[in-house]
Amino acid sequence: MTFITFLGRRAVHSVFVLLGLSILIFIIARIMPGDPARMAVGARAPQWVVDNLREQMHLTEPLHVQYYYWLRDALRGDFGISLVTRRPVADDIKEFFPATLELALLAGLINGAGGIILGTVSAWQRDKWVDNVVRVISYLGVVTPSFIFAVLFLLVFGMALEWMPTMGRLSHEIARPSTVTGLLTIDSLLAGDFRAFLDALRHLILPAVALGLGGMSQEARITRSTMADNLNKDYIAAERALGIPESVIMRSFLLKPSLIPTVSILALDFAATIGNAFLVELIFNWPGISRYGINAMLRKDLNAISAVILILGVVFILANIAVDIVVARLDPRIQLGAGRSE
Amino acid sequence: MVAVNSEIVPAKSLAWAKRSENLRRNWYKFSRNRLSIIGLSAVLLVTFLAVFAPLVAPYPEHASAFVDFANASRSPCREYPFGTDVVGRDIMSRIFFGFRFSLTMGVVVLALVVPPGVILGLMAGYYQGRWMDTVIMRTTDIFLAVPPLVLALAICSVLTPNLFNAMLAVSLMWWPWYCRLVYGLASTLRNEFFVASAETMGASRFHLLFREILPNCISPIFTKMSLDMGWVILIGSSLSFVGLGVQPPRPGLGTMVADGYKYLPDQWWIAVFPALAIVLVVLGFNLLGDGLRDMLAAEEV
Repeated sequence: MTFITFLGRRAVHSVFVLLGLSILIFIIARIMPGDPARMAVGARAPQWVVDNLREQMHLTEPLHVQYYYWLRDALRGDFGISLVTRRPVADDIKEFFPATLELALLAGLINGAGGIILGTVSAWQRDKWVDNVVRVISYLGVVTPSFIFAVLFLLVFGMALEWMPTMGRLSHEIARPSTVTGLLTIDSLLAGDFRAFLDALRHLILPAVALGLGGMSQEARITRSTMADNLNKDYIAAERALGIPESVIMRSFLLKPSLIPTVSILALDFAATIGNAFLVELIFNWPGISRYGINAMLRKDLNAISAVILILGVVFILANIAVDIVVARLDPRIQLGAGRSE
Repeated sequence: MVAVNSEIVPAKSLAWAKRSENLRRNWYKFSRNRLSIIGLSAVLLVTFLAVFAPLVAPYPEHASAFVDFANASRSPCREYPFGTDVVGRDIMSRIFFGFRFSLTMGVVVLALVVPPGVILGLMAGYYQGRWMDTVIMRTTDIFLAVPPLVLALAICSVLTPNLFNAMLAVSLMWWPWYCRLVYGLASTLRNEFFVASAETMGASRFHLLFREILPNCISPIFTKMSLDMGWVILIGSSLSFVGLGVQPPRPGLGTMVADGYKYLPDQWWIAVFPALAIVLVVLGFNLLGDGLRDMLAAEEV
């Protein structure tokens, strides 16, 4: 099976998953007690306005027809008006999404790189003190919810030591670089504004670490255990017998096969990262799509809730496909699409 | 008649001896790892504190709406080991009662989630390649396409926020994981010899699924349940943290962290002790789950 067919099959599968997800979201949105038209215009609007709006929003039609209209609009990128910001939801998402992307990317980097390095060191120094320290830390990292990390970091690094800013993406006195990618660190570098870059990075660090620590610990544990298993394999013994230095064995023969489970679990970690971003963005007042989403949830802003969940579903599915491709590149035994065991 | 009876009795006691021998051996395997013992102790401690909270908490009346401004915001001292919150309630007592909500959440969610997840997974795994398999597993794909916390938050937000609806929302998100786990196990087990022979002997579907395949899935399911107690409690505390779970004045652990973090850094104890309590519960169930996994050799989880 070629790469293109693999991608095609995954794309078709993803479309069905997303359709299912949209039905699920539609059902959730319709369980809510109360009249969406009434909520949109407010309690004091006269009844005829509400009735007109009900007609406009297709609320008088049967459910499956309502779903059809909802999906059609969603596919056109029209998610309706947000009850909170009073703007089209699509505009809100365009504005808030890059902030979350920037945060999630750095968290993912900390998660992947940190986890692999810690896990490798731990396996390399097996049962020595370094290993024990890493194991205790990674255990604590796995079981601590990231909102607790966020609160603790806010307390220690933000408030007590005052090393890092605790709110938002950029200090007030610094001019926002012109938008190219929407990621402030990259935009400021493109504009050559080094001061803005440092400031954006300082804002980014605490929430990103709070988000990334859980996944990093998970990755470290998995990397360590796979490496420890692989160290006992015959081929390593053969290489040792041939007199190949331990560091070369580690780097050239052990690392790559040991990374397969680590990378496979990255997709799951990414899901956890997105979920936890909802709390971490709230705590650090990070103007991202998750904070937008949670505010929408707290105020029952259905259009915004549906759009945020749908977008996150798309992101998550894309991330899964990316992880599958990387795993297939790492593991020559997997032929994309054909030999993939579920 | 007498002869038959005299044969059965020793056989029975033999079975008992074997069972207790098994138990002893398993306990030995489990207890060799000090971390598993720590986990078990943490879980037992938390369960004890939760069950007997009205007896062991120093100020049981502080678990609900209670105001004592004379002792508001006191730092940890002898009368209040973990300090008091801004209206003068003892943090330690509230944490003990908070354990009750956490454990209830974990137990109820697992009780709601495991049976349907396991049954659907068994069916999909047994009828592999047929429409039943496709329908069930593609449905789990849909639920797994969004991070569980996000969809749980969304469901909670459209319902009235309280503990019951939080449990309902988390349950709706959690069954696909059991379905997946059992599906994987069942789809390999169904090709084993003992299943095939039972099939040839004309055993019913029910017998095949629940008496041949299911017993061989028990260890991984059990291990996953122990680990999941921790994760469900964690998600529950996250929901409480944003105000979609246990409602004040009731002391949910997440609710307490949310209330307390506004008073950082000066009154740090209001948020930090409930946060540590959450870590203790999740850590306990995880260590216990890891110990069970080693003991039962359930690597699939």
